[in-house]
Amino acid sequence: MHSWGYRLNAVATFSLTVLGVMCGMVSFSDNFNHPTPSADVRVLNINWFQRHPDGNDEVSMTMNITANLQSLFTWNTKQVFVFLAAEYETPMNSLNQVSLWDGIIPTKEHARFWIHTANKYRFIDQGSNLRGKDFNLTLHWHVMPKTGKMFADKIVMPGYHLLEDYR
Amino acid sequence: MGWIGETVDSIRSIQISQLLNQAVSLGMIVTSALIIWKALMCITGSESPVVVVLSGSMEPGFKRGDILFLHMSKDPIRAGEIVVFNIDGREIPIVHRVIKVHERQDTGEVDVLTKGDNNYGDDRLLYAEGQLWLQRQHIMGRAVGFLPYVGWVTIIMTEKPIIKYILIGALGLLVITSKD
Repeated sequence: MHSWGYRLNAVATFSLTVLGVMCGMVSFSDNFNHPTPSADVRVLNINWFQRHPDGNDEVSMTMNITANLQSLFTWNTKQVFVFLAAEYETPMNSLNQVSLWDGIIPTKEHARFWIHTANKYRFIDQGSNLRGKDFNLTLHWHVMPKTGKMFADKIVMPGYHLLEDYR
Repeated sequence: MGWIGETVDSIRSIQISQLLNQAVSLGMIVTSALIIWKALMCITGSESPVVVVLSGSMEPGFKRGDILFLHMSKDPIRAGEIVVFNIDGREIPIVHRVIKVHERQDTGEVDVLTKGDNNYGDDRLLYAEGQLWLQRQHIMGRAVGFLPYVGWVTIIMTEKPIIKYILIGALGLLVITSKD
């Protein structure tokens, strides 16, 4: 009853259980955080706007993205993954979401940022519907914890508009 | 050395009823594990409620050896979600983030493009020949939570199967030689 085998087994089981419960509690503590993030995006320039030979429209634009996501960080946050998506509707598709830029915020200090960038990923439509299109720019973020449940949310910024003609 | 002598003695003194007892206990343990696994599959709606991260393509968020908890609901797939999907012809599921979504007006079906956070380009290189998009049927679940490091046990057992055999052998020996 008191051999080293039994003792090892008991210690191992108990410590694993305690560890599991602690991870659960740490993750639960994230629920007490009420974040108040803010963001603003300005489209500075439409670099070019073409239609491919296969019929799909593509746009390249330069943007200025400002955001303050510091309130998302808790003691259990490993990083925040943030990305900007253009969202719009077309006759064929009820929803199109195209990610234009993404970044990883490793610490709270980096969470307040201002960047000036062209779109990192190509803004290509399924079809040729982008001329004169109104679209939303939505800043999405994904809080990745050190352990436990992940949270995701977004800020929708409507009111962006594409040119009526190719350039 | 005395321990080995004891072990040999106890193997010699095995009775059939004792053996059967051990076998039934072992069977109970294995069956309960199976029941819990199947219940998890039901609750999370996913074929594989827990996966181990095998590559570094989602670093620094998910490292090799982390465990992801999956959940599959009827909610539509949206950009930013971390999904686990299978490609025809590849047996290992891939865990990457959705970066593009095109949802059809009439059927509600989606075309989805994914990319690993730590990769330079999107996943079209990984998809099957001629495949440009993923559809809902390829996706096994969404990652909703994770535990770090716990998956290393699975990785070690898969990559060095000798360890698996040693473990099973040792477990078998323990079962045979324990007196209760």
